[in-house]
Amino acid sequence: MGISVEGANKRFGDFQALDDVSIDVPDGSLTALLGPSGSGKSTLLRAIAGLEDLDSGQVTINGEDATGKPAQKRGVGFVFQHYAAFKHMTVYDNVAFGLKIRKWDKAKISTRVHELLQLVQLDGLAGRYPSQLSGGQRQRMALARALAVEPQVLLLDEPFGALDAKVRKDLRTWLRRLHEEMHVTTIFVTHDQEEAMDVAGQLVVMNEGRVEQSGTADELYEQPATEFVMSFVGEVNRLGESYVRPHDMSVALDRDEGAEEAMVQRIVALGFEIRVEFVLADGTEVWAQLTRAELQKLELREGQIVYLRPGQTKSFNGDVPSPDGHGASTPHGPPDDDDAEVSAAV
Amino acid sequence: MGANPASRWGLRVLGLGYLTMLLLIPLVMIFYKTFEDGIGPPLDAITSPDGLHALKLTLLMVVIAVPLNTIFGVACALLLVRRKSKANPVIDAIINLPFAVSPVVIGLSLFLLYGTSGWFAFLGENGIEILFSVPGMVLASIFVSLPFVVRETVPVLQEIGTDQEMAASTLGANGWQTFWKITLPSIRWGVAYGIVLTTARVLGEFGAVTIVSGSISGQTQTLPLFVEKQYANFNSTGAYGASLVLALLALITLFAMNLLKRKEDA
Repeated sequence: MGISVEGANKRFGDFQALDDVSIDVPDGSLTALLGPSGSGKSTLLRAIAGLEDLDSGQVTINGEDATGKPAQKRGVGFVFQHYAAFKHMTVYDNVAFGLKIRKWDKAKISTRVHELLQLVQLDGLAGRYPSQLSGGQRQRMALARALAVEPQVLLLDEPFGALDAKVRKDLRTWLRRLHEEMHVTTIFVTHDQEEAMDVAGQLVVMNEGRVEQSGTADELYEQPATEFVMSFVGEVNRLGESYVRPHDMSVALDRDEGAEEAMVQRIVALGFEIRVEFVLADGTEVWAQLTRAELQKLELREGQIVYLRPGQTKSFNGDVPSPDGHGASTPHGPPDDDDAEVSAAV
Repeated sequence: MGANPASRWGLRVLGLGYLTMLLLIPLVMIFYKTFEDGIGPPLDAITSPDGLHALKLTLLMVVIAVPLNTIFGVACALLLVRRKSKANPVIDAIINLPFAVSPVVIGLSLFLLYGTSGWFAFLGENGIEILFSVPGMVLASIFVSLPFVVRETVPVLQEIGTDQEMAASTLGANGWQTFWKITLPSIRWGVAYGIVLTTARVLGEFGAVTIVSGSISGQTQTLPLFVEKQYANFNSTGAYGASLVLALLALITLFAMNLLKRKEDA
């Protein structure tokens, strides 16, 4: 049950948008497809919806092979980044569209539409046209429209991408609550790792048409399988062959065995968090994330010489031990360079 | 820029003067000349059997050519915008041909094709008259007015994009339902403008129709041909009267579209 994609390939001219992608989304889950632009996440979502034909591969929705089916028969609800509101119809007619296509009778449509408009908090705006709504309202209308036909799965393509930061945060919380109530299998695409971690229980990280890793937010942050995942799901410093998170950098004033000598270049106060930038003897630039209290204790000044000790480090090309010995390398071992098939069980 | 009132007024005078000289004065002159001797003479000319026949024939051209070119134009625009193909630039160029080629040439080409030694001469030999009769005139009218709906619809289709159509399909609509409920309502003003231009073009068509029709009074004479014949026969009042009727028909078309649009916006 749920959604599964097996060995999906899609090429646009010279560009390999999907390179042998397989994912498995369990029934009733809320999963994020996370990746930079051009990573193939939107193409994968559209292939699941039937809006894009795959060159090869299989799409299964709730146990049924959907590969050759047209979008209209897949029973998916799709929400577009730019709302795709039917501009010549009122909010009511937008939401009623799928029900009218299914030839419901008028009274039933009216009940259902008002139910949904209440759910998305647009009940008073049924008679408005999309041009009279704000971006957030339009996207909630689009969501109500997608939910009206009781889809087996709900697919959202960068649903909050065109909204401003405040509205985006509100809708995020709201989507998570909605999913808790409805329990419809949901996949949403985003390039924002914070948004993905905030909303989704499961994440699939994509890069260059392939799945890099999938798992919970914690798993991806604590045990990234590749350097791409490590740098995409959080901040990272590179020290030679190994990587370390800025909050895992400890700063000492006294010379210390195994610690790196560094000069304080800049101190930036970002509210609670303090960002301290260093330059190492070999010219490498790194930074550490400190609390206000830590900074006050150390009394750091720009130009000062300090000693840096990376805590947990990770390396992805063979085993480079961390200086203090307990730093783990990747739990999955070094990944194959030609990991053509990354099967990701979410 | 633009702050200098002298240059602003200068531009206005220049623009309005240009329009007045080229468009307004000639039209006012026709109006004036038509009613110089009262309403009688022009009315007689238009209500003469030949005049009425010409009016009917012109309207018949509109009634046949405009719907055909509208259906063709919308289908063709959909093909050009929604189905990417290597043949599209070629199709696009062919559609522009009627704009590029003089109507007289179009008339001649039809003449060659359907004439006694043309490829389709067998139609005439089997009793299906094309030249010097209504079918040939309809063909000529369709030919010269073909690009308008396509040209007006293509940019609108490009602008609306495919998101709404895809949304409709995920909601269960098939291609036909999506076209009628989503695409057509979204492009309606582009299509409407194309229809107005097509109508105006068919109403005023002269060159191609002259050649294929032979301009036989009371048989194959549309209003523009009637105007020309009246003028050639020194019945200038009749010519002006018929011209005025032509101008009115075009105005009514424009006015009808504006009325529909205003009703929609209200």
